[in-house]
Amino acid sequence: MADFLLELLSEEIPARMQANARNELGRLFAECTQEAGLATGPIDVHSTPRRLVLIARDVAEATEAKREEVKGPRSSAPTQALDGFLRKTGLTREQLEEREGVYFAIVERRGRNASEILGETVKRIVADFPWPKSMRWGDGSLRWVRPLHGIVAMLGEDIVAVEIDGICSDATTVGHRFHHPGAITVGGASDYAEKLRACHVIVDQEERERIIREGAEAATAKSGLALLRDEGLVVENAGLTEWPVPLLGEFDAEFLDVPREVIVLTMRTNQKYFACTNDEGLLAPAFVCVANVAATDGGAAIVEGNRRVLAARLADARFFWEQDLKVPLEEQAKKLDGIVFHEKLGTVADKVERVAKLARWLVETGVVKADAKQVERAARLAKADLVTGMVAEFPELQGVIGGYLAQAQGEPKAVAEAVRDHYGASLQPVSAAVALADKLDSVAAFFSIGQKPTGSKDPFALRRAAIASIEIIVANGLRLRLTEALRGALANCAGQVRDAEAAHRLDRTADELIDFFADRLKVQQREAGVRHDLIDAVFSLGGEDDLVRLLARVKALQSFVETGEGADLLTAYKRAANILKKEKWDPAEVKAGDAPSEEALLNNALISAENSADEAIIKENFADAMAALASLRAPIDAFFDKVTVNADDRGVRARRLDLLMRFRDAVNRVADFSKIEG
Amino acid sequence: MSLSFQDLILTLHRYWGAQGCAILQPYDMEMGAGTFHPATVLRSLGPEPWRAAYVQPCRRPTDGRYGENPNRLGHYYQYQVVLKPSPDDLQDLYLGSLVEIGIDPLKHDIRFVEDDWESPTLGAWGLGWEVWCDGMEVTQFTYFQQVGGFECRPVTGELTYGLERLAMYTQGVDNVFDLRFNDAGVTYGDVFLENEREMSAYNFEVADTDALFDLFRKAAAECERCLEAKLPIPAYEQAIKASHVFNMLQARGVISVAERQAYIGRVRDLAKAACGAWLERTA
Repeated sequence: MADFLLELLSEEIPARMQANARNELGRLFAECTQEAGLATGPIDVHSTPRRLVLIARDVAEATEAKREEVKGPRSSAPTQALDGFLRKTGLTREQLEEREGVYFAIVERRGRNASEILGETVKRIVADFPWPKSMRWGDGSLRWVRPLHGIVAMLGEDIVAVEIDGICSDATTVGHRFHHPGAITVGGASDYAEKLRACHVIVDQEERERIIREGAEAATAKSGLALLRDEGLVVENAGLTEWPVPLLGEFDAEFLDVPREVIVLTMRTNQKYFACTNDEGLLAPAFVCVANVAATDGGAAIVEGNRRVLAARLADARFFWEQDLKVPLEEQAKKLDGIVFHEKLGTVADKVERVAKLARWLVETGVVKADAKQVERAARLAKADLVTGMVAEFPELQGVIGGYLAQAQGEPKAVAEAVRDHYGASLQPVSAAVALADKLDSVAAFFSIGQKPTGSKDPFALRRAAIASIEIIVANGLRLRLTEALRGALANCAGQVRDAEAAHRLDRTADELIDFFADRLKVQQREAGVRHDLIDAVFSLGGEDDLVRLLARVKALQSFVETGEGADLLTAYKRAANILKKEKWDPAEVKAGDAPSEEALLNNALISAENSADEAIIKENFADAMAALASLRAPIDAFFDKVTVNADDRGVRARRLDLLMRFRDAVNRVADFSKIEG
Repeated sequence: MSLSFQDLILTLHRYWGAQGCAILQPYDMEMGAGTFHPATVLRSLGPEPWRAAYVQPCRRPTDGRYGENPNRLGHYYQYQVVLKPSPDDLQDLYLGSLVEIGIDPLKHDIRFVEDDWESPTLGAWGLGWEVWCDGMEVTQFTYFQQVGGFECRPVTGELTYGLERLAMYTQGVDNVFDLRFNDAGVTYGDVFLENEREMSAYNFEVADTDALFDLFRKAAAECERCLEAKLPIPAYEQAIKASHVFNMLQARGVISVAERQAYIGRVRDLAKAACGAWLERTA
């Protein structure tokens, strides 16, 4: 047994592809060797910007010889079938065995030595590698993520011979591009990592990540600062370096006037720098860049160069910021009529109009307790930052920039916060009103033009918008008749486009919307551990679209059915429902008369349970409603125990069936128990 | 002392000339990038080997800042190198050119950062990197995969140096107009500051948009006439012209988002047809 080393040396592999490439390399290697029956020990995979590396421990010297019996066609089958089988097995008719009218081939598989299998494995890995994007180079036809230059394939100390499009495997590779540009020869898996380390290449990405993480922390701590941790950036920098050297630099503190998010984002996305904070948690005028070289001057020139690049970027950002500050958001908002929201739904200005109207309605109907003027103002300013220079540069900062501008331009705090937070979910009433109106409008608007999500397609992210709406409603305890709100949103759209047909379709679209929200609610609540059948049980009562009340009811129901009492009641309910489904009776035949005590007791219990359940539901005290149901459990059990429903006397039978029906209906007032599973 | 702007160009000429590149002069037409030069676009098609290097003035009307921004220009220079087929040591050759212009790779941090290149107006794309020197993008490095919608076989390797940025870096200058143009006291600002001011005003405020729309139509029509006459080079020139006119219209803010795609599509169709005709002629 020996260890196998594979190194695929190429030009720089994009950092974001490396993690997946390592997984695929391991998967393909394991697949190929398993298929060939070659046993190996544990497999390690590594990557650097220039290489993919696999080390398989304890590879067997050869596969075992095998004798296999392959079943062929029936001897009565047409000759074509037999010819095909002979071709496949490479045997002649005489070599086949015939048993009970069926041909069998005995195929001897010789044991193959490991290096032959490994050679084929390498070829298949290179041929089948699923890069997200691959390319050709020079005048060859091989495809790889970037030009492939070398293959080190060694089993123990021996080279596994492979040739792929003119590239022959050997024991030589290269070290760090600048520290050790020449060829280096490795002895195999045993000395590979250490030889490369001596040539300024750290093969293991986790070790490079650690160096970056710890080095960046140490560099900032030395200056009395704290690193703004960012694992994504650690991994990305590890994918860009073979010899990472974190370096701390500073930038001019006057740039700190620019919103913090802009500075952090510029540093992160454009430059791949870490940001730092001071001991008050405020952004410090410093950055950490990760060089790929142990520079001869200790990194002074590198830090200075990076500082200048960052200064130019921040100067650009500050220019946009200062320009944007000069223009009131209200003025910017006027330009929104130049941005198409969707060809059938008008411009962003049209959308703003609808959102403002809906948000105002949310306040005026008392759903959101907030200042109506502030809500309308926030709604009208919320999208204005889309035309700012800052958001054009950094689209991901939409909202954030608007929030800063609103604050700087003297808008009330609640308005500025709503502008900032309206893309998400917020507990601040003004923000919640704008955010909810924005999302309900989007979902309703796209439904109104028939753009509903289907299967995996949801190009306008309506599922997310619906879930976010639900979160806002629930988190803020908003008592909203959802149907009414959605119909209002649809009417806003129809009114704007003056589409008679859309207005005509409104009822049907509103129904579709409610179903859509019900589905989203189930998805969202499933994650919170709420049973979907219980949501169905409450939904199917009909007329309940107040999500806060609905969920309170569902939660009370869930606590109830999960008690022993609840489970027993559910059993009794199902039994009653089954009987009622089977039996027919004429209520006119009901005959009063002396009933057994169990029947009378159930009758009395029902009268009181019906009353208290109704009362509790009106007061939205669902726990009490469940308690009212619970009071039926003993009487119904006793009834089933002692009383024969199908009495000989038709009148008595009808009376008892009536009683069961009342029991079923009483339970159904709280929730449709027929929908509950179990 | 670091190289002046003009010596930077001369150094690169000598270096790439020694690699067998034909040192060409700038193409005498307005274009947005050195890639548009027929020495890159047309020569990257077909089987014949080709090596060339040249400086190309690039006009990006929307990037003009009236000479007030230290980093942005509406007119600047690219140094363009194309090698077909791309040699195995292209990265090393490129790094050699950096050493030649005074960048010591053991003192500076040179990195190849993923950046896939695509030109929707040329129907072209390739994979490669932007090359960073101490965090600054100094070169676009691309292996062409398709040009004009046609597969590149063999593949052309393209290097596009941003000359002003590179010079600002090696000269340690923070404002492009402060660059030493030569070693006789002429600055980049002496040569180009007034140009930036006037061209920004022209591109953003003055240019006659009706005339530009008309020019676009005429260039497109002329391109098609040349295609009918089986003259791919003049046809391609008209596609370049249409592309520049489109850039002007954009700077004037008279092309809506919706129309933008249609214009790009139109230029792409012209460029593709010219490339197709070029391939047919040389086939």
